[in-house]
Amino acid sequence: MAVLKMQRISICALKRDRKAILEKLQSLGVLEVNHVIEEDDLFHKMDTAGRKLGFEKAAALADQALEILEKYVPEKKSMFAALEGKKLIGPEEGKAVQEERRELLKDARAIYDLDREHAEWAANISKLENSIESLTPWLALDVPMQSAGTEKTAVILGTMPGETTLEKVYEVLGEKAPDEGADVHVVSAEQSAVYLAVICMRESVPKVEEALRSAGFARPSQVWDKIPALQKQEFEDQIEDCRQKTDKVEKEIRGFASKREKLKIVADYYRIRAEKYAVLGQLPQSGRTFVISGYIPQCEAEKVAGYLAGNYDCVVDVEELKEDEEAPVILKNNPFSASMEGVVESYGLPVKGEIDPTTIMSFFYVFFFGMMLSDAAYGALVAVVCAVLVWKFPRMSAGMKKSLKLFLYCGISTVVWGILFGGYFGNIVDIVSGKFFGRTITPPALWFVPLDEPMKLLLYSLLFGVIHLFTGLAIKGYLCVRDGKIMDFFCDVVLWFMLLVGLIMMLLPSELFASIAQMEIVFPEAVNTLAKVLAAAGAIGIVLMSGRSNKNPALRIALGAYDLYNITGWLSDVLSYSRLLALGLATGVIASVINQMGSMLPNNIIGIIFFILIFIVGHAMNLAINLLGAYVHTNRLQFVEFFGKFYEGGGRPFDPFKENTKYADVKEETLS
Amino acid sequence: MSELGIVYALLGAAVAVLLSGTGSAIGVGIAGQAASGVVTEDPSKFAKVLIIQLLPGTQGLYGLLIGFITLSKIGVLGGGLADLSIQTGLLILAACLPIGVVGLLSAIAQGKTAAAAIGIVAKKPDQFGKAMLFPAMVETYAILALLISFLSVSGIQV
Repeated sequence: MAVLKMQRISICALKRDRKAILEKLQSLGVLEVNHVIEEDDLFHKMDTAGRKLGFEKAAALADQALEILEKYVPEKKSMFAALEGKKLIGPEEGKAVQEERRELLKDARAIYDLDREHAEWAANISKLENSIESLTPWLALDVPMQSAGTEKTAVILGTMPGETTLEKVYEVLGEKAPDEGADVHVVSAEQSAVYLAVICMRESVPKVEEALRSAGFARPSQVWDKIPALQKQEFEDQIEDCRQKTDKVEKEIRGFASKREKLKIVADYYRIRAEKYAVLGQLPQSGRTFVISGYIPQCEAEKVAGYLAGNYDCVVDVEELKEDEEAPVILKNNPFSASMEGVVESYGLPVKGEIDPTTIMSFFYVFFFGMMLSDAAYGALVAVVCAVLVWKFPRMSAGMKKSLKLFLYCGISTVVWGILFGGYFGNIVDIVSGKFFGRTITPPALWFVPLDEPMKLLLYSLLFGVIHLFTGLAIKGYLCVRDGKIMDFFCDVVLWFMLLVGLIMMLLPSELFASIAQMEIVFPEAVNTLAKVLAAAGAIGIVLMSGRSNKNPALRIALGAYDLYNITGWLSDVLSYSRLLALGLATGVIASVINQMGSMLPNNIIGIIFFILIFIVGHAMNLAINLLGAYVHTNRLQFVEFFGKFYEGGGRPFDPFKENTKYADVKEETLS
Repeated sequence: MSELGIVYALLGAAVAVLLSGTGSAIGVGIAGQAASGVVTEDPSKFAKVLIIQLLPGTQGLYGLLIGFITLSKIGVLGGGLADLSIQTGLLILAACLPIGVVGLLSAIAQGKTAAAAIGIVAKKPDQFGKAMLFPAMVETYAILALLISFLSVSGIQV
C-alpha cells in the first residue's frame, strides 16, 4: 500500500552524448521530464517544433496507409484480438526496418495516392451513372438532344408535370399561341413527369415555349450532343473503363499488403522520434552541454544515476523533492491488490499527504463482490474464463490484465460465498435431480440459505458495512496522527467513534433490535450505562468541538450541532450495505426463475433440448447482468461510503518519457 | 374463506412486474437513444455505452424477483392454490407496491441519468468508471424498495 517515492534527478552532460543519453532514457521509460531551470544568457532551448512536426506527419502518413490497407485487405483477426496486446519485436528487427524507413515512407505515400486515385475513379463512375439516369427518359428520341432542327424548324425538348396528356398540351398551345403551328411528341412518361419533343417553325420558338412554360414546361437540365442511345453506350463504355482502372488500383494496393508489418514498425519509429524531439525542445542547452531534469521513482534513481555516470562524461544529481512540489503518482502494491489499482485510478490517485487505499480496499472489494454475485457456479465460470485469458494472452495490455485478474479474484470469492449460501446456478441441482431422477437433492449450504433467513443476512450485511465504514474512519484517524494533528484526531475521529459505538451498544439490547434479529441481547447494567455515557459524551463533544475553527461561540455551537446532524449520513451509509443482501437475492431468485421455466417442459428429448437451451441463454443473461450489477455496486460502496470517510484523490499520474508505441513494442533494454 | 384473497395476491405480483418492468423498458429506451447517437459517431464505444444502457434494466428484474416469490408463495406455480383471506391477499398486494412504484419511477430517472452518463463516455471515455456511478446512485432506492417488498412478502404467513 504505497505510493512510490519520487525524487528529482538532474543530468548535465556533453552535447555529443545527447542522442545516446536521450535514447537510453526513452527506452528505460522511468523519467518524467520536468524542468525547473529558466532560459538565460547561457542556456537556450532548441526549437525542434518543425522537426517534431515532420516526424509526426510521417507517423500519421504511415498510420493512414495502414488504415487504407485495412480497408482493401482486412487483416485476419481472431475474436480475442483486443486481448492479444502489442507484438514484441527484437532490436535487430527494429533496426532493419529503420534502415528501410525512407522506402517505406515512399510506399506509404504511394498507398495514400493510390487510394486517392481510387476515390476519384469511383466518383467518376457515380457521376456517369447519374448521367445515364437522367438520359434514360430520352432513350426513345432518335435525334441528338442538341439538334438544332432543320433550316426552317426547331426542336424543343423538355418536361411537363406528370399526367399531362397530348390533348392537354395542344389545348394549351391553342389557347396561348393560337397562331403558331407545332407538332408535339411524347418521348416517354413517368409518374412525376412527361418528356416532350416539340417541333415548330424557328420563328415561333419563343412564343411556343412561352405558352408551354405557362403549363409547367421546363427544358432538361443536361443535354448531350449525341443521339441518346449512342450517348448511353458511350457512358457505359466509360464506366467500364473506370471500373478496370479501379480494379487495377485495388490490385496495386493489395500488392502492398506484405509491407503491413514493416509499416507498423516504421509508424512507431517516427512516433518515438517525435516524442524524443518534443523532449529535446524542452532541454536547456549551452554551447557544449545540455541539462535534463525530472521526476524519477526512488527505486530507479540510484541505478540510472550510476549507469549514466559510469558510461558518459556527465554530472548526475539526485535530490529530494521540495516541500511544495506535487509529485506524479505511481501506485505500488502486492500482486493481489495491484489488480484493484485500476479501480482506485478511476476514482482518482492519491494526492500528497493521502495514503494509497488500494490494499485495504482490495480485500473489502473482493469480499463484497463475491457476496453480491454469490453463486458458486457463476463464480467458477468467471474465474476460469479470466484465468484462461490471462494465461493465453501474456502480451495483453497492463490495464486489461489488471481488470481480468480483478474478476479472477472476485470470481474465486464468489465461489466461496456460493458454497456458503448453497447457490449453484440458482437451484439447478434440485430441479435436475427432481425432474430427471425423481428425487430432489438439495446441496446443503455451508452457512445458511439467504432466501430462508433474509433478516439474518440483512443484519450481517449491515455489520460488514459498519466494519467497512469504521475502517475508513480509522484510516482517517491514522492520517491525523501521522501528520501530528492530535486535535483533529480527537475531535473528528475519536468523538465520532465514541458516539457511534455508544449508539450501537444502546441499540443492541433494545426491543427494536430483538424484533428484527429474533434474538435478545442482554448486556450487564454497567455496559448499558457505559453505552449511554459514550454516546452522550461523543455527542456533546461533537457539538462543542466541530466548529472549533470559529471564534464566535454561538456560531461554533451551531456548526457543531449541524455536524452532529451527520449522524443521519452514517445511518444512510450503513443502510446502503443492504444492497449486499438484495443483489445476492436477485442473482439466486432469477436463476431459479430460469430453472423453473426449464422444468415446466415435458420430460422427453425435445423437452431436454429446450431445457438445455433455456439453461444456457437464461443463465448467460443472468450472469451478465448480475456481474455488471455486482461490479457497479461494489465500486459504489468503495467510492461513496468508504472513500467518503477519508479519501479525496486527484493526484496526477506519472507520465514518463518513454517509447509510446501503437503497434509493436521493442524489447526493453536493461541497464548493464 | 373468500375467493377474492388470491385475486388480490395475484394482482400484487402483477403490479410488481408490470410497473417495474414498464419503468425499466422506458429507462433502457431513453439510455438506448443516447447510446445509439454515440455509436453512430464512434462504433468503438459500443461495449461501454451498452453497459451503461443496461443499468436501468435492473428494476425490471427486481420486479420479476418479487413477482416470482409471490407466485410461488400463493401456489400459482406449484399447482395447489393457497386458500387466502381477503386480508392476506391485500397484505400481499401492499407488500408488492414498493418495488412496483419505486421501480417504475426510479428506472425512468435512472434512464435519464444513464443517458447523461453516456454523454460523459462520448466525450471522455477514460472517465467510464465515474460515469457508471451516477446511474448507480439512483438505483440505491430501487434496492431499498426491493428489500422492503421482499421482506414483507416473505414475512406474510399464508
